[in-house]
Amino acid sequence: MAIWLTKDSKVIVQGITGGEGSKHTKRMLAAGTNVVGGVNPRKAGTKVDFDGTELPVFASVAEAIKETGADVSVIFVPPAFTKAAVVEAIDAEIPLAIVITEGVPVQDSASFWSYNVAKGEKTRIIGPNCPGIASPGASNAGIIPADITPQGRIGLVSKSGTLTYQLMYELREFGFSTAVGIGGDPIIGTTHIDALKAFQEDPETDAIVMIGEIGGDAEERAAEFIKANVTKPVVGYIAGFTAPPGKTMGHAGAIISGSAGTADAKKVALEAAGVKVGKTPSETAQLMRDILS
Amino acid sequence: MDLFEYQGRDLFERHGLPVLGGGVAETPQEARAIAERLGGKVVVKAQVKVGGRGKAGGVKLADGADEAEARATDILGMDIKGHTVHKVMLAETADIVEEYYFSYLLDRANRTFLCIASVAGGMEIETVAETDPDRVAKVAIDASKGVDEAKAREIVALAKFPADVAEHVVDIAVKLWQAFVAEDATLVEVNPLAKVGDGRVLALDAKVTLDENAGFRHPDHEALEDKSAVDPIEQAAKAKNLNYVKLDGEVGIIGNGAGLVMSTLDVVAYAGESHGGVKPANFLDIGGGASAQVMANGLEIVLGDPAVKSVFVNVFGGITACDAVANGIIQALALLADRGETVTKPLVVRLDGNNAEAGRAILDGANNPLVQRVDTMDGAAARAAELAAAGK
Repeated sequence: MAIWLTKDSKVIVQGITGGEGSKHTKRMLAAGTNVVGGVNPRKAGTKVDFDGTELPVFASVAEAIKETGADVSVIFVPPAFTKAAVVEAIDAEIPLAIVITEGVPVQDSASFWSYNVAKGEKTRIIGPNCPGIASPGASNAGIIPADITPQGRIGLVSKSGTLTYQLMYELREFGFSTAVGIGGDPIIGTTHIDALKAFQEDPETDAIVMIGEIGGDAEERAAEFIKANVTKPVVGYIAGFTAPPGKTMGHAGAIISGSAGTADAKKVALEAAGVKVGKTPSETAQLMRDILS
Repeated sequence: MDLFEYQGRDLFERHGLPVLGGGVAETPQEARAIAERLGGKVVVKAQVKVGGRGKAGGVKLADGADEAEARATDILGMDIKGHTVHKVMLAETADIVEEYYFSYLLDRANRTFLCIASVAGGMEIETVAETDPDRVAKVAIDASKGVDEAKAREIVALAKFPADVAEHVVDIAVKLWQAFVAEDATLVEVNPLAKVGDGRVLALDAKVTLDENAGFRHPDHEALEDKSAVDPIEQAAKAKNLNYVKLDGEVGIIGNGAGLVMSTLDVVAYAGESHGGVKPANFLDIGGGASAQVMANGLEIVLGDPAVKSVFVNVFGGITACDAVANGIIQALALLADRGETVTKPLVVRLDGNNAEAGRAILDGANNPLVQRVDTMDGAAARAAELAAAGK
C-alpha cells in the first residue's frame, strides 16, 4: 500500500528533456517506476529513449494525463519556470506533483500554494527543494536512491534529502513502507503533519521516523498533531543543535531567528508529545530499533 | 539578505513611500556634506544589522553640519554587539506625535504572508504582542490577491488606527505591499511608522529582507550585498559557487546535503566535548551529484582556512557517487602539492551509499598518510575531533 506513491502510480516528468530531468527519469525507470511520459511544449510529439524505454513527450500535463492516465508528476524545471509548471499541474488536477527544483523564490511558492487552495487542493504538492518520495519495492518518484533499503514497515518524513538516505541506510534491516522528503524551503506543499496523518492511516506502516531541522515551527506543530492523533510509535531527529543563530544553513528555511526555530525547542516539543528524539542519526536509528525489536 | 536601514529607506523611496530626506556616509566629511544638504537638525544613525543600536550610543542628534561631522566621527568605527560601524545614515529630524508599527512578512505555518500592524510602535513588536496583545493586529494576506485598497482598509480598521491617519496608512499599506512583491522581499518592517507635527505619516525606519532565491529576476540586488561583512573565506567559496558558512571552530566540515552537513556539525561538536572542546570550523555542503572538481574546490577552501586543524569529509552518496568524491579528494591533494603548498592537516573520510566500495578502494589505494578512512559517521567525527585537538 504505502502512502501516496504505489506500484500502480503512473508517473510523468515535467522537464523530461533537461539535464536533471533526463538523468533522473533514467534512474526512476531503473528503480522500476512506471514512468509513462514527459512534458515539454517545445518537443511535444517526439519520443525520448531511455536505455531502450521510449517515452512520449507531451505539450502539457493535461495532454499527458489524457493520453497516459498519469497521476503523478515529478517537476525538474529551472527555478524561473517552476511556478508556471506547478500551476499547469494544478490546472490539470494531477493528484500528486513533486517539485524537486531547488532555489524557487518563496513568493512563487506562496503563489502556487494559494492557487492550489483556491482550486480546492485537488493536487498534493510535495516540495519544492525536496528529494521526492520513494515506496521501496513499489515506485520511486524523485531523486531518492532506490537501492538503500528494501520494502518494510517504517514510514519516514524529512525536510532533508541526505539525512533521509542516512536514516534509511541505518534502518535498512527493517525496510521502509514510504519515505517522503518534504523539502527545506520556508513554504512547502506537504508538511510533516500531512505525512504523519497518512502514515497513521496506512495499514502497512507500523512506526514513523520524523526528521526536522532548525528554522520555523513545523516540528512544534507536528508535535501537537502527534499528541492528539498519532498512536503509532514516532522517533524524531532534528539537525542543527549546534548551529549559530542568524546563519542560513544551506536550506533557505534553516535559520534560527531570535529565539525561534532552535533544535532544542523542537526536541522539547516532540518529547512532550511522547516522541523519542535522538541526538544523532545513529542514536535515532537505535531508538527505532529498540521499538521494533 | 538583510538590508541596511539606508538601503531600505532608498527602496521605500523608490516605491513611493513617504520617508524623510537622508543619505549615507562612510566618512565624517561625507556626513558633513549630507548634513549641509539636508540643513538644520539631523539624526546620525549607525548602520548595523543588529538591534539595540540606540542604547549602544549609535544614534545621535546633531544641530548643523559641524555637529553632524563630530557625531559621525564618534559613531563611525564603533562596535555595536560585535558589528563594526562602517557607515552612518543622516536623516532629517521629525517632530513625532505618535508612533505605529507596520510590517509584511512570510507566514510559514499558513504558507502565505502576514501583515502585522499596531498603534503601539517604536518598541519591539514582540514585547507589545506579549504585554498588550489586543493592540497588535495580525492579518493573513492571500498571496494571489495581495493588498488592494479594500484589504488595506480592513487592516487599518483591525489595528484601530486613528481616523485622522487612516487614509495615510491605507495608502502606505498598499504601496508597501507593492514594494514587498516587486522586490521579492520576505520582510518589510516599518517601526516606527510615525505621525508627525504637520499631520503627515512617515516611515522613519526601514527593515527589509530580500529573498536570495529570487536574485535571478533582480540583477540590481547584488549591489546591495554588504561585501565588507563577508568573511574572506566565505567570499572565496562563493566565487566557486560553494555553499559555505564560516564558523568559529577547528574541525573543517565537508558533506553533501544541507541536512546531513548540519547533522555533521552537531556530531562533531558532541565529539569535541571529549576532545578539548574542539568545534566545527565551517558548514560546507557540496550538494547533490557533486563532481570530483566540486569536491576538490571544497577541500581547497577548507584547507585554506588557518583555523582548521583537521577535516571531516562526510558523504552519503545518493546522487553523488562516492568514487567521484574520493577522486576529488586525491585530486585536491595533488593540486595543492603541485602548487608547492604542503598540506599537513589530516583528513578523516566517511563514505557510504552510491559507489561507496569503489570510493573507499580509491582512497585506500592512494595510500596517503594524511587521509584516514573511518566507517561510521560517529567514529569519523570522534577521530576528526581527536586529531583537531592534537593539532591545536
